Amino acid sequence: MVKDNHSHSADSVLNLRLRVWRQRRGQPGAFEEHALQGVSTSASFLEMMDMLNEKLVRDGKEPFAFDHDCREGICGMCSMTINGMPHGPLPGVTTCQLHMRNFRDGETITVEPWRARAFPVLRDLMVDRSGFDKVIQSGGFISIRAGSAPEANATPIAKDVSDAAMDAAECIGCGACVASCKNGSAMLFVGAKVTHLNLLPQGQPERDRRVLAMVRTMDDVGFGNCTNQGECQAHCPKGITLDVISHLNRDYLGARVKAFFSSTGKARRGGD
Amino acid sequence: MNLDSKIPTGPLSAKWDNHKAKLRLVNPANRRKYHIIVVGSGLAGAAAASSLGEQGYDVSCFCYQDSPRRAHSIAAQGGINAAKNYQNDGDSVRRLFQDTIKGGDYRAREANVYRLAQLSTAIIDQCVAQGVPFAREYGGLLANRSFGGAQVSRTFYARGQTGQQLLLGAYSSLSRQIGAGTVKMYPRHEMLDLVLVGGHAKGIVTRNLVTGEVRTWSADCVVLCTGGYGNVFYLSTNAQGCNVSATYRSYRRGALFANPCYTQIHPTCIPVHGDDQSKLTLMSESLRNDGRVWVPKTMADCGKDPAQVAEADRDYFLERKYPSYGNLAPRDIASRAAKEACDEGRGVGPEVGGRRLGVYLDFSASIQRLGESVVRERYGNLFDMYENITGENAYRRPMRIYPAVHYTMGGLWVDYNLQSNIPGLFVGGEANFSDHGANRLGASALMQGLADGYFVLPYTVADYLAGVGLSGRPSVDGVEYRDVLAQVNDRVNRLLKNQGKQTARSYHKQLGKIIWDECGMARTREGLTKAISDIRGLREDFWKNVAVPGTGADVTPELERAGRVADFLEFGELMCRDALVREESCGGHFRTEYQVDGEAKRDDARFAHVAAWQWAGETAEPIRHEEALVYEEAQLSTRSYK
Repeated sequence: MVKDNHSHSADSVLNLRLRVWRQRRGQPGAFEEHALQGVSTSASFLEMMDMLNEKLVRDGKEPFAFDHDCREGICGMCSMTINGMPHGPLPGVTTCQLHMRNFRDGETITVEPWRARAFPVLRDLMVDRSGFDKVIQSGGFISIRAGSAPEANATPIAKDVSDAAMDAAECIGCGACVASCKNGSAMLFVGAKVTHLNLLPQGQPERDRRVLAMVRTMDDVGFGNCTNQGECQAHCPKGITLDVISHLNRDYLGARVKAFFSSTGKARRGGD
Repeated sequence: MNLDSKIPTGPLSAKWDNHKAKLRLVNPANRRKYHIIVVGSGLAGAAAASSLGEQGYDVSCFCYQDSPRRAHSIAAQGGINAAKNYQNDGDSVRRLFQDTIKGGDYRAREANVYRLAQLSTAIIDQCVAQGVPFAREYGGLLANRSFGGAQVSRTFYARGQTGQQLLLGAYSSLSRQIGAGTVKMYPRHEMLDLVLVGGHAKGIVTRNLVTGEVRTWSADCVVLCTGGYGNVFYLSTNAQGCNVSATYRSYRRGALFANPCYTQIHPTCIPVHGDDQSKLTLMSESLRNDGRVWVPKTMADCGKDPAQVAEADRDYFLERKYPSYGNLAPRDIASRAAKEACDEGRGVGPEVGGRRLGVYLDFSASIQRLGESVVRERYGNLFDMYENITGENAYRRPMRIYPAVHYTMGGLWVDYNLQSNIPGLFVGGEANFSDHGANRLGASALMQGLADGYFVLPYTVADYLAGVGLSGRPSVDGVEYRDVLAQVNDRVNRLLKNQGKQTARSYHKQLGKIIWDECGMARTREGLTKAISDIRGLREDFWKNVAVPGTGADVTPELERAGRVADFLEFGELMCRDALVREESCGGHFRTEYQVDGEAKRDDARFAHVAAWQWAGETAEPIRHEEALVYEEAQLSTRSYK
């Protein structure tokens, strides 16, 4: 174990009470309580969960299933609602980057899955986020066949436009926006992708059909409506702001109006 | 066995064009009749699956994550190289080729590396067209930065998240094909075995990680883009799920595994904090531009606050040993120097397992010279991440860093077509061995994954399919499929029924310690010999005493882990064996017996070849084959950084 070192940030151990959600697919779930001793404050939240699971396995019990992969805050796979907050209490970090020094000795920590109609629980803390993939499949791309791309510098893009597209493109698709929203809305996620692609010159040809198709799929797979609460922005680990929702609404409205006035009776509709 | 690399004849610069002109084609109307399996959805896998889907093939793509967007390519920070010469600073395809061959310490195949350099420019075009928001200058054109191992600025980047943006670009193309119905995506599926029919790769066995269903799939060919094996070390910068199973299981079915001992240890990672650590985090190499690396001169000072260690009592060991390169010595050299300092007992930071494994990366001189705001502007996000993980403020006290496993250059042996020695089994990206030799240069992994996926595999896979014709796909009811399925089920059941008490993770940790100690930054004959016997003992113990709770008929994370650890326990031995036989030092492979004044000593007369290992059964030792590396253009020379 780690020895305390007076010259470095004090590394101490915590004894915790954990209330963790246990659920099988298609069945009702419930909290299970466990005591966990000797958690280093240097450990990440997921390492604390590993410790709990190792203990359960050694005792012949099933561990808690949870999603995780890169553990450096970029893949978007980890989830968990910690003490009622998606990704826990620290702003701007994913669960995997949340460290135990942010908790107190003796604290009770409640760990739940993302809770949203469009994210059904697969097991314990794991949910099905394939709705996000379906939204992207319906239009979250620029149609470019490998081999047919023009020279990269043929189209200059103003730095501020490119930077704004990058701000939106930083979304990791974790779903905290949906989990934090009382409506289970995916507007921040969809808005981020629409903003990223619709800002760029390469994205213009499909601008209208993209936004129409993505919004329709968003509704179809069960995400709720936006009522401008702003919880998504507050819980986004990547700092995506509500601006992308404004952008989405503006592009959507523009596309609907254009579709209405250009309607000639022939099928020329984007996706709505 | 004859290892035919199928390198086309003719001058280096004309090989790929000549070769493409000879590759056979499949009529567009027939393409949908061919079923192609792509395993993995990282840069190589997503690019290959989407490109083959665009051409009209019937593609199935599998990944273990919940979405193809999560593949570990996403974590790459720095950038992607391309010989665009936008900076007008003398770059060219030939120069990128030369840098990459030299960076690999002359252990890569010349023709493959040249093709990679040629394709690099088309990758940037493709990514920009997809909407990848690369960094730009105020004039609206693409920006570049410089990177290790090159004297030109050829690296394209998207803030510190280049891998993320490139992967999301490939994922968007893949998603488009999924929406169009040409690619069927199977997330949360893990490949557990390969099926051969008549000596050709014709299918796989997967386990559905949600329902537990184990089933077979038949195809006309199989493309593996399943990444590297860095997690054999337990602690690495890889994602938790990264594993060797797909490539190792294919090895057991006859595919050759090339150069497994070539691994890259990155010098600037956040040190291990304790026994429960699961992951190491990279701090970008760029920090060494403004940070000075040091440890105390004496052990007595190692426990002190660094501010209390007088300037005269500090050993800036990189500046001392490599005065001309100083703190910017290459990755393998810098890593070994840090290890030596800590092995001498002069490491810093908290004691973990009785040792201090860390060195200081000190920014105080730069902060004094440039001011804190300039340092914050350059590296603010990295300092934030460091503070998040360690709880320490690197503006006030030096960062602590230590080397960690980052990338694996070895992989399944492939020919120029990226086809393994098993016909119909193609391997792309980090999973193959072909382009980086014994050491990979920064910003080259992304380049290789995308070159393989967008621009090589779509041509060479078509050539194979045209050759075998439309009658090539067997029925999934065939005896070959049933046999492999039965073997996979036996193994799964054996794990589930084991009455042990130890966790799979505990074995993984023990294995990682053996590999790190004996097959890490410095390797010796004695250490490797001992490691092989220790790993065998550990493997026996694993199969007796591992505990795998759950029924397997549902989400069973311990079953997934145990299966991967079981494969690492076999693969680790192969890796040590390869390191033992390679009696030279080159790139990331450093044998302490073979050095000159502390630097790697290559033995071109005996070892200018690829070592490709063939499985010979449970009890027999694997057979080592050699593919000679013939250099037509590159001049073999010794790397020096003093």
